[in-house]
Amino acid sequence: MTDRALTVLRAGALTTVQDLGRYGQAHLGVPRSGALDPPALRLGNRLVGNPEGAAALETTLNGCTVRPRHTVEVAVTGAPCGVAVAGRPVAWGQSVRVPAGAVLDVGPAVSGVRSYLAIGGGVAVEPVLGSRSTDLLSGLGPAPLRDGTVLALGPRGRPAPPADAVPAPAPPAELALRVRLGPRDSWFTAAALRTFASAVYRVSSASNRIGLRTEGPALDRAVTGELPSEGMVLGAVQVPPDGLPLVFLADHPTTGGYPVVAVVREADLATAAQAVPGTPVRFVVVGRGR
Amino acid sequence: MTATARAYRGTALPVGDRALLVELADGEETAAFHAELLRRRAAGTLPAVREIVPAARTVLLDGLADPAGFAAALRTWELPPPGSSRTDAVSLPVRYDGPDLAEVAARWGVSEEEVVRIHTAAEFRVAFCGFAPGFGYLTGLGERYAVPRRATPRTAVPAGSVGLAGPYTGVYPRSSPGGWQLIGTTDAVLWDVSRDPAALLSPGTRVRFTAVAGDGHEGKDR
Repeated sequence: MTDRALTVLRAGALTTVQDLGRYGQAHLGVPRSGALDPPALRLGNRLVGNPEGAAALETTLNGCTVRPRHTVEVAVTGAPCGVAVAGRPVAWGQSVRVPAGAVLDVGPAVSGVRSYLAIGGGVAVEPVLGSRSTDLLSGLGPAPLRDGTVLALGPRGRPAPPADAVPAPAPPAELALRVRLGPRDSWFTAAALRTFASAVYRVSSASNRIGLRTEGPALDRAVTGELPSEGMVLGAVQVPPDGLPLVFLADHPTTGGYPVVAVVREADLATAAQAVPGTPVRFVVVGRGR
Repeated sequence: MTATARAYRGTALPVGDRALLVELADGEETAAFHAELLRRRAAGTLPAVREIVPAARTVLLDGLADPAGFAAALRTWELPPPGSSRTDAVSLPVRYDGPDLAEVAARWGVSEEEVVRIHTAAEFRVAFCGFAPGFGYLTGLGERYAVPRRATPRTAVPAGSVGLAGPYTGVYPRSSPGGWQLIGTTDAVLWDVSRDPAALLSPGTRVRFTAVAGDGHEGKDR
C-alpha cells in the first residue's frame, strides 16, 4: 500500500466509510446506503477541497482515532465533538492540517449522534456497484472499521479552500418530522391516524442505520390481512405488528411487507439521524397521498 | 406476439413527494406493466426515474420529478402481453437434499420424489428481488403449492440453499438467517459484485431448476 493511507487506532462504537450511496439497483435488492447526514458529509468534503460526494468516515456517538501516514487536511462535521491532533485541541467544522504520523482524535459527540471525518483525497476503498459506502443491511462495501484497519486515501485534488466558520448545530430538543400520508394510510384506523399526527413518540435506542425506531402509542390497523411485499423508499414510516412507527434510513430494505403509513420528507432525515435515543418525535402531516 | 395489448388498469398511489406506488390487479399485470416501463425507458420515452422496483402486485417508481403528472399520463398506457420475447431461461442445477424436503412433501401430500418432479417441471419467473442483493422471489409453482415460512427461522441458512415460502421459490445468495422451507442446494453463484451483472437473477428472468446427483458437479456453470 502506498503511504497515502491512514491507520485506525480506535474504531469507536460504529465507524463506517460513507459517500452519497448506491443508486439504481433497488430492483436487485441493493439498498441505497450512504451518509445518514448528507449535508454534513458534503460540507466536510468542501472544507478539505474534495468533491462533495467523496467517501469519508461516519462515526457513531463516540468518534474514532486515526493516524495518517502522510500530511492531510481533515475536517470534522455533523455531530459536534472535540477534535484533537497530537493531543492538542483543534477546530471542529474547519479544515485542519494533520502532519504525517500524528494522531487525530475525533471525540465523543457533545450533541447529536454521527460525526463525519472528511479527509483530503477521500477514502479510496474499492467502489462496489458505484459506491464506497458500507451497507450494514446487506454487507456491501467495506466492513465497519476495526482497530488496526488501514484505509487507502485518494490523491489530493486541489488545495483546500480557506476555512469558513461552521456553526455547530444545536441538538434537536424535539424532532419534528414532516410527513406525507400514504401509500397505506388506509390500512390504519381513523383513531390511529389521529394518534400518529398528534402523539409524542421518543427515539428508541434500537435505532440504527436501517431505521429510526420509535416508542409511543401503537397504531391500530383497520386492515388485518397480509400486505404483499412492495417497494420501500427512504423515509418510509413502516408500521410493523407492534404498531410502533419505524422510519427507514439509508440502509433500509428495498422491499417490505408491512404497511407504510406515511413518508418523511428527505430534508428532515439528516436531523432524524442526529437524534439521540429519548429525543421526543412528532410526525407533522403536511400532505396526504390521495 | 399474437396476444393483444390491454389497457392499463392500475392505481397509482403517491409515496412522499417523489415516488409513486403503482398497484396492479395481479402478478401477471404487474409483470406486463414492469416490462412496459423497461421498454419505454430503453426507448427513451420514460420520464427520468431513479429506481423501478417491481414487487408482488406493485411497481415502485422512485425519484420522479412530477409524480402526479406521470400518474395522469399512465391512464393512457396500453400494456403488451409480457414474456413473448425472452432470452433462454437460466438453468439452476439443484441437489434436492434440503432439511425441509420431507415437510414440504407432507404439506403437499406427495412423496419427496414427486416434490422434485413438480419443482423441476415448473417454469419460474423472477417476480421481484429483495431481502438480500440477488435474492429473487420466483413465481411459477402456483398458490396450490404455497407453504408457510418456518415458525422459527434458522439463524444461518447456507449460501445456495433453495427454499419455498408462500407461493415463492428463492435461492439464498449468501449465508444469512432465514425462515424459508429448504428443499435443496445449488452451486450456482447468485450474486458476485465482481461480475457484471452482479445478480444472476433480476426481475423478469425466467428460471428452471434441474435435479442433479449428490456431488453436484454436473451443470455447475450456468
